[in-house]
Amino acid sequence: MTFEELKPFIVPGLPHYLALSGQVFAIGILIALAKRNAIAVLMGVELMLNATNLAFLAFARFVPNAADTPALAGHVFVVFILTVAAAEAAVALAMAVLVYRRRETVDLDRLNLLRW
Amino acid sequence: MDNPGVVGAFYLLAGVTVLSSLAVFAVRNLLHAVVFLVLAFVGMAGIFITLSADFLAVAQILIYAGAVSILLVFAVMLTPLGDRNNANSLFVLPGVAVAGGFATIVALVAVATDWNVLSEDDLDARSFATTIADIGQALLGPYVLAFEVASVLLLAALIGAIVLVREEERA
Repeated sequence: MTFEELKPFIVPGLPHYLALSGQVFAIGILIALAKRNAIAVLMGVELMLNATNLAFLAFARFVPNAADTPALAGHVFVVFILTVAAAEAAVALAMAVLVYRRRETVDLDRLNLLRW
Repeated sequence: MDNPGVVGAFYLLAGVTVLSSLAVFAVRNLLHAVVFLVLAFVGMAGIFITLSADFLAVAQILIYAGAVSILLVFAVMLTPLGDRNNANSLFVLPGVAVAGGFATIVALVAVATDWNVLSEDDLDARSFATTIADIGQALLGPYVLAFEVASVLLLAALIGAIVLVREEERA
């Protein structure tokens, strides 16, 4: 095979970025599911949000935009995701500190107050 | 897009991002996990640059690698030493199964779908010199309502976080 034939596989295009985004999102799922510490679970959530941003930016770069949307609509969505992620991190970490103050632990397996 | 520097940068940054995300899962100490998370965020910012999203790459470094990681370090420091391990719950095997399945499905769909992508020339024409002006126009034009709501959301989160962790007054 010549380099010209291999080029679509090597040069990163939309599939490459989407596959990378899917991998990072999957690692975020794994961390959010498999960690005991509430703060570690939050790290997984942040990774998932970040992977979504990557998918938005890849589509904004490679796909022609619809007639009535601005060229950078994907970028605007990422701005809002960043905003919401920052707000979510602040509130969730405050909750983690509060839970530690009340229950002396942030181990999610031991926060079973609502379990019957 | 087929500049060898960009191609090499993409694979290097993708490797850094994925490996340090996996390290967040693997390391034993929670503070080390935060450090690897910052590395993953910085790698992701580099990937944003290969997508010619300059403003969002800088915002990513400021907000994620700066502010969010500082918040995480504070939260780790405010919890006791005994809770600083990065232990797994009982859901490791289901987690690996769900995550592996999800990554495989996304990769297969991404490769198999016939995306309506721009041609090579249109892509080159779209290599934004800078995106800041256009993002600003869009934020204060068609998306102005969402922009204002986001500011209210940030204010609510700010007040909420302060009210949540305020020490109760001793009677």
